[in-house]
Amino acid sequence: MYTASDLRKGLKIQIDGDPYIVTDFDFSKPGKGQALYRTKMRNMITGVQFTQTYRSNDKFDRPNLEERTMQFLYAQDNEYHFMDTSSFEQIFLTKEQLGENLSFLIDNMEVTVLFFGDRPIDITIPTFVNLEVTVADPWAKGDTSGSDTKPVTVQTGFTLQVPPFVEVGDKIQIDTRTGSYITRVKE
Amino acid sequence: MLSVQGLRQRAALLQAVRAFFIDRRYLEVDTPIRLPVLLPESNIVPFAGGSWFLQPSPELCMKRLLARDCTQLFQICHCFREGESGRLHHPEFTMLEWYHAGWDYVDMMAECEQLIRWLCVSSPDYPGLLPDGSIRWGDCRVDTTLPWQRLTVAEAFRQHAGADVLEVLTHGCFDEVLVTEVEPRLGRDRPVFLHDYPVALGSLARCRRDDPQVAERFELYIAGVELANGFSELVDAQEQRQRFTTEIATMRAGGREASMPELFLDDLTRMDETAGIALGLDRLLMLLAGRERIAEVLPFIFEEL
Repeated sequence: MYTASDLRKGLKIQIDGDPYIVTDFDFSKPGKGQALYRTKMRNMITGVQFTQTYRSNDKFDRPNLEERTMQFLYAQDNEYHFMDTSSFEQIFLTKEQLGENLSFLIDNMEVTVLFFGDRPIDITIPTFVNLEVTVADPWAKGDTSGSDTKPVTVQTGFTLQVPPFVEVGDKIQIDTRTGSYITRVKE
Repeated sequence: MLSVQGLRQRAALLQAVRAFFIDRRYLEVDTPIRLPVLLPESNIVPFAGGSWFLQPSPELCMKRLLARDCTQLFQICHCFREGESGRLHHPEFTMLEWYHAGWDYVDMMAECEQLIRWLCVSSPDYPGLLPDGSIRWGDCRVDTTLPWQRLTVAEAFRQHAGADVLEVLTHGCFDEVLVTEVEPRLGRDRPVFLHDYPVALGSLARCRRDDPQVAERFELYIAGVELANGFSELVDAQEQRQRFTTEIATMRAGGREASMPELFLDDLTRMDETAGIALGLDRLLMLLAGRERIAEVLPFIFEEL
């Protein structure tokens, strides 16, 4: 059990059977009045945001959340299948659930899957991933007049700005938090 | 930790406030901050050390001094309230509290606005001030020219929340409506004194003689920030004991211990009509210095200790 005084940004609580994450929080207390905990939350399943004001004696259940490392196997239609590499158990998440993670997800990638009870609700992908460039303008050697970067597309279909020397077939490291180019990697 | 520049701004405010009150013949006092008994207030959780407490406010000792022929007192002191931490709260904070015998809350509102207006026009170096003494804070530009606006609690609830304050009280959501609907709209162009609170919300304030349902209590708001709380003090020891009894019952129902401050009630029988006010100095400095959070004007915040 949590009480309102435990509320803080990032805390995960359960309300009406759903897991919520606190996205913004402020303590307030009018003069001579009672403590109020103004809390903005996001439903971790539906993504719906809402704001609520709680009092000190309001209580919340801890959601039954568990993280497991799993490997991405394949996508079929709208379903993205993952496997627990120790138990071989397979589950899937939908395209909507994966959202922006899809820009960086490739076969065999190890990710962290978040379960609410036995239901997978979200994944966390590695901070740095290496992806292959599939579309790029050729680099005109010796061209110093051009711009410092050029757009390329990687194997997932994601496009980003990279230095001009990057070519089709190169592997590049990308920071998945910002979607930005880090370096070219040799394999 | 506060920068040297921040410490200088803080010192300048403390010194200016002292100069204001000394000039007006107030006596500065420094009463004990560790007390064996507190004024029962169910919405304040004190820090306890053994069977003694750190003061949540200097009110108890200052009023006992007022009962002993002191007529004008001020104090700048640290106060402590457990669990109060946020943009405008810190568990240890600096209070400016002053009392003037023979006055009522109307006199006190006037002196409060004179103090802050004087600080605004005589201390032009604060980053939150404009050359004409206006306070620029967040998206507000607050004209501090005197006199400031007065607004009753009932009017404020009607204007800003479209609600009847007594109805809101009956539904038990006064604080929620105040914080979410009313406060953000107060004092955006000019500072405003919210006054005449329902008597249930003025445990230490005198009732209006023409309306016993209303307590002579006020709160000052600048740019939506609550800055000071003042009363015509309740000096009827009998009535004060009754209100404390109710408060203690509420606290015990919530599983907290509280006892009757007998020495205080004893002294209250000797106290004349008085007005008193408590002002959060850190919040005032935050406004003057153009800072967003109270933590940005404290020498240390508790996480740094």
